Amino acid sequence: MALTELHSLRSNISEEGPDRFIWNRVAGARLNDLARGTSLGGRFAELTGRSVLIATGNQLTTALALIELDGRARRLVILPPDIDPEHLAAVIAGADVDGIVIDHGSAKFDAFKIAASVECSSNIVPIEQRPHAFFQTEWVLLTSGTTGAPKMVAHSLAGLTAAITPRQGGDPVVWGTFYDIRRYGGLQILLRAILGGASLVLSNPGEPVADHLARLAQHGVTHLTGTPSHWRRALMSAALGKISPRYVRLSGEVADQTILDSLHASFPQAGIGHAYASTEAGVAFEVNDGYAGFPAALVEAEHDGVAMKVIDDSLYIRSPRAASHYIGEEVAALTDQDGFIDTGDIVERRGDRYFFAGRRGGVINIGGLKVHPEEIEAVINRHPQVRMSLVRSRRSPITGSIVIADVVLKRECERASEEHQVRNDILALCRGTLPRHKVPAAISFVPMLVVAPSGKLARRYG
Amino acid sequence: MSIKLTISEQMTEVAREQGKTLAPLRDDLPLLDSGLDSLAIAVVVARLEDKLGIDPFASADDVQFPVTFADFVKAYEDGAD
Repeated sequence: MALTELHSLRSNISEEGPDRFIWNRVAGARLNDLARGTSLGGRFAELTGRSVLIATGNQLTTALALIELDGRARRLVILPPDIDPEHLAAVIAGADVDGIVIDHGSAKFDAFKIAASVECSSNIVPIEQRPHAFFQTEWVLLTSGTTGAPKMVAHSLAGLTAAITPRQGGDPVVWGTFYDIRRYGGLQILLRAILGGASLVLSNPGEPVADHLARLAQHGVTHLTGTPSHWRRALMSAALGKISPRYVRLSGEVADQTILDSLHASFPQAGIGHAYASTEAGVAFEVNDGYAGFPAALVEAEHDGVAMKVIDDSLYIRSPRAASHYIGEEVAALTDQDGFIDTGDIVERRGDRYFFAGRRGGVINIGGLKVHPEEIEAVINRHPQVRMSLVRSRRSPITGSIVIADVVLKRECERASEEHQVRNDILALCRGTLPRHKVPAAISFVPMLVVAPSGKLARRYG
Repeated sequence: MSIKLTISEQMTEVAREQGKTLAPLRDDLPLLDSGLDSLAIAVVVARLEDKLGIDPFASADDVQFPVTFADFVKAYEDGAD
């Protein structure tokens, strides 16, 4: 084995040692088999040195292809599941794609005339491993922007894995995630599982939460991750009691105190952490003290090489875990002159902690006063009967916009009078906590809120 | 329930919620002297849209914003036709 190959993903897979699996809803693959096997029908040589689009329809084949091709492909471009077909041509041209990995569930790519096309299957067949040319593979992830073409964000494996601390011994770990591994948050979990000698239970779009939880329980999940919205949905499921993770992790959205407390109440033995990460900035920090927000000390001094600054309430991050650049045509600079990435996230300092107030692009303007939906949601979510909430703007002829809230209750009200009471309680809570212009003008009770494929609450800006 | 009564109720409720004193709702009462400020009136308009299904001030660009309570009520009555 070439010395450099020690740094490829595959070097974390060995035939010996405990059995490790990646499971999806219907199948599982034994990772150990990849040490002397292939999921690509042995055709990886056709993709060596190429810019390879991972266009698999199935996360299990995605994972296997990534392990097999890191160190072989010049570039791996991971296609997210919900990509608008309209943007495919720009991705393929912008990333100079000349190889593609597909599976049974892939869309059709015949029209794009990609030089090498290889099918991946979850069936690993033995193959003799020979030394091969080693490429320092560039990993390319697509942002999940709600409008316009996705940006292509280039990372190195070293950057993607820099926040992962190697584990020393201990009990076997089974990771589970509500994320899709074809996006940054989910990919982090795949990499954690691979580097940490662990197994992984994949999510499956459209699978009922109760079924997913049952599957996680069946495989003995020990470490489970998702967005706060994922977790709020899980907390609504009676099947939650089937799992008993040792570690619970949140990222991708603001983790408010209520969701942290709810998870602690459900899993009193578990460590509960929330991480701040983005496709561009990488994992910036993790907070494990059980409180919302993050210590101001993280901004005042560098930690693990990560520097943060707050300018006009916006958080900027300079990090060795950040992406190196955008690729494609007409790309903007990723960082400012000093190497900082603008996260677009608004923070507010209270005492010795910073709290996330929302997205700069998500500001609602109420007669000239700025409102971040997330800060209002955090207050509404404190009401004991509220499971989750979405604050949005409604245009107003008088103040431009007003704030309204859609609220999911933990259980439906049986009588109109009870609903009236809960509504008044929530409004009273808001009035007692928030300035008047942030108090919702109207509250609607809804059975469920839409969670986007990224795991975040679906918000419509504009 | 008449539109006028619904509007009166909503104004009374919002005034109570916001800790404002509502002036007696006579027809010639200027809205801005009602005790409700623009934010409170915006809340009333939003609640009335939920109750009555109309927002007479949202549709056209050249809507005259009502000056008196009677204008306000008339805008809804016209909108409901």
